[in-house]
Amino acid sequence: MITLSHYIVLGAILFCISVAGLFINRKNVIVLLMAIELMLLAVNINFVAFSRFNHDVAGQVFVFFILTVAAAESAIGLAILVLLFRNRSTVNVAEIDSMKG
Amino acid sequence: MIDPQMFQLVCFYAFAAVTVIAALSVITLRNSVHAVLALVLTFFSTACIWMLAEAEFLAIALIVVYVGAVMVLFLFVVMMLDIDQEKLREGFVKYLPVGLIVAIAMLVEMLGLIGVRVMHAQTMGENPATAAGLSNTAWLGMALYSQYLLPFEIAALILTVGVIAAVALTLRQRTGIRHQQASEQVAVKASERVRIVKMAAERPADSESAPAQESKP
Repeated sequence: MITLSHYIVLGAILFCISVAGLFINRKNVIVLLMAIELMLLAVNINFVAFSRFNHDVAGQVFVFFILTVAAAESAIGLAILVLLFRNRSTVNVAEIDSMKG
Repeated sequence: MIDPQMFQLVCFYAFAAVTVIAALSVITLRNSVHAVLALVLTFFSTACIWMLAEAEFLAIALIVVYVGAVMVLFLFVVMMLDIDQEKLREGFVKYLPVGLIVAIAMLVEMLGLIGVRVMHAQTMGENPATAAGLSNTAWLGMALYSQYLLPFEIAALILTVGVIAAVALTLRQRTGIRHQQASEQVAVKASERVRIVKMAAERPADSESAPAQESKP
């Protein structure tokens, strides 16, 4: 019998995998963007599970909005990535340091 | 005869295992194209897990929006850019211990928090949509178009802003190229295009002898 904690544990595992991905792939912008997508997915799993187990529609509505915002975010992120590659010929985060941050 | 509850649990474990393995390969694979394909698998098996939670609309939306649109966009960009894979992998081994420590510490903390709630483990209960006599899509749509109408409109606005921003960022204006000027083409008047010259339909009789006169030395 599937319980609520099954879903939450799966969400936690996915979230931690994406955090590890942010750490070990800190040079490649494409993989960083994918790790962010994975993180949003982990959060969405929790939202769907809570919505289903607490009999509340708000969780699923919120997942809908998160999907919308994530789609817009990845479109703009990829546009910035293309622009960056066109100007600098690299997607290496370590080399993109012109703002001296 | 298999118990349906047991079968659901077996399915959940199978889909969860595929999800976790695919997510691990997203962050470890050497080739970015393979990583994107692993992410597609992650999204697909997550959609299956949402199906088990009877969130059918969102599961299909995840496949249509993510696998169909966002991941294809990712694939386009990854294949379009000529990336030196080896150079980007340099820090991989160096940062692996740090990443593992942070991830495992976070996981242990989260599982500790969840473990407190396990003792009164909640089971799924009746589907709220079926209880209301609706399908999942209708149940979601009822809330979306009444209670959450303003956020829904704002989401549409955000998508429009996203489209405009993406086009404005990547549009390239080159100098020294002859462009088609559509506004000038549309604004042209008939009098600028065709000039009608009035002239007699036949030549006057005396002009016929003129070339003959010119040929004389």
